[in-house]
Amino acid sequence: MILPLPLRVEGKLVSLRVLIDCKKVVASINEVARLKVKVARKSLTNTHANSGKIPSPSYQPEITMRQAKAVSLISGGLDSLLATKVVMEQGVHVEGINFFTGFCVEGHTHAIRKRHEDKPKRNNALWVAETLGIKLHIIDIVDEYKDVLLNPKHGYGANMNPCLDCKIFMVHKAQEWIEKNGFDFIITGEVVGQRPMSQRKDTMPVVARESGAEERLLRPLSAQNLPATLAEKQGWIKREQMHGFSGRNRKPQMALAEHYGFVDYASPAGGCCFLTDENYSKKLVDLWQARGKRDYEMDDIMLLKVGRHIRPRPHFKLIVGREEGENNFLQGYAKIFTSLKTTSHPGPLVLLDGVANDDDLLFAARIAARFSQGKMADKVVVETRRDNGEEKTFEVSPLPPTELKEEWHV
Amino acid sequence: MSHHMLDARRLLCPMPVIRTQNKVNELQAGDTLEVTCTDPGALNDIPAWCRINGHKILETKKQNNEVIVLVEVCQS
Repeated sequence: MILPLPLRVEGKLVSLRVLIDCKKVVASINEVARLKVKVARKSLTNTHANSGKIPSPSYQPEITMRQAKAVSLISGGLDSLLATKVVMEQGVHVEGINFFTGFCVEGHTHAIRKRHEDKPKRNNALWVAETLGIKLHIIDIVDEYKDVLLNPKHGYGANMNPCLDCKIFMVHKAQEWIEKNGFDFIITGEVVGQRPMSQRKDTMPVVARESGAEERLLRPLSAQNLPATLAEKQGWIKREQMHGFSGRNRKPQMALAEHYGFVDYASPAGGCCFLTDENYSKKLVDLWQARGKRDYEMDDIMLLKVGRHIRPRPHFKLIVGREEGENNFLQGYAKIFTSLKTTSHPGPLVLLDGVANDDDLLFAARIAARFSQGKMADKVVVETRRDNGEEKTFEVSPLPPTELKEEWHV
Repeated sequence: MSHHMLDARRLLCPMPVIRTQNKVNELQAGDTLEVTCTDPGALNDIPAWCRINGHKILETKKQNNEVIVLVEVCQS
């Protein structure tokens, strides 16, 4: 394709005919201006009269023009993988960004639970980035995220999931990132109608507006259902090469994945956040109620993912390891919590979170014995160690199953 | 060129990767970083992060329930 284009060479304005590699460039002046083009020597037909210089035969000017750059929110799931790929296919430089809130399903659970040893311990966001061949920046937002969870302007979803505020916050952080790093726009894998809170036709503009990203936010999987954004208006990407997915049906995404040859992608049921999980949310609310304040530390949210949580009294709960991996994990907390362990019979490590007097500790020991292999024995020996280091050994009768009340299970 | 150590023990994925990333970003090309972790997932995740961000893995090993990853910082 031959297009006339005025350019400066060695400081002189020249009128050029530019030979453009059609494989790299889809015809549009805006795209041409953003791509690195080689100017064929023969195309320099009309240098300015007063330049006095005709480029030598060896002169091969390479005029570098900035390629559009985008950052893509990579969760590790299929949608962000596809959305990123769609934009990369149009010649945009893309890097990934992954936000760690502390509630991500990724990683922690696989690392903790021994029964997951058969599964590859991979971080899906890293896998996505490697599959796409892009850089990935993982950002720790644990502290900042507290305000999102504790004070969501738009409220919670079915559980303790502040999905709309969460999306606004993450896109806002991405907007800050592109401003700092000189990128042009933001990609998300959002699909209209896919999620009841953050991915509705009426809430998706809210994300763009309240995050501050405005027109710099592109959703390639649903772009054909949405107004054009900056990336389209600037000609960096083409609307017809994006998609018009909508609703909860995953078949279009699966077909697109097949088209690109993606096979080993993650598809976590219920999303990638523990806050969408009903049981986890109950434990979080229980924690706040017991402490009389809505707050948490990193250790709290980690421990909510592990073990059985049993609250026999309002002022303390027990965290009972369910298998070896969890016991090993809980062992790391044994010095900062009161802990209980049966010694006459194999049994789980039990942590006591809260305040317990001696009667409470004795009662907790009976519950610990209930979960040991001595649950049918007359007596079980339980060693306890308070968080202040005081050690005490009890010989107890395991709590009968009828006395272990269902409502104690958080 | 200098050698650096990073203690990422008792951290679970993806924190060892984040700590590695943040430390590498402070270092110069040619520097080496030895990361010690207790999360076995780090054995895959730190090398994956290095591959996609253009840094070199010199060695990975498991030792007494710990994972040790030696990274060479490259220009990226």
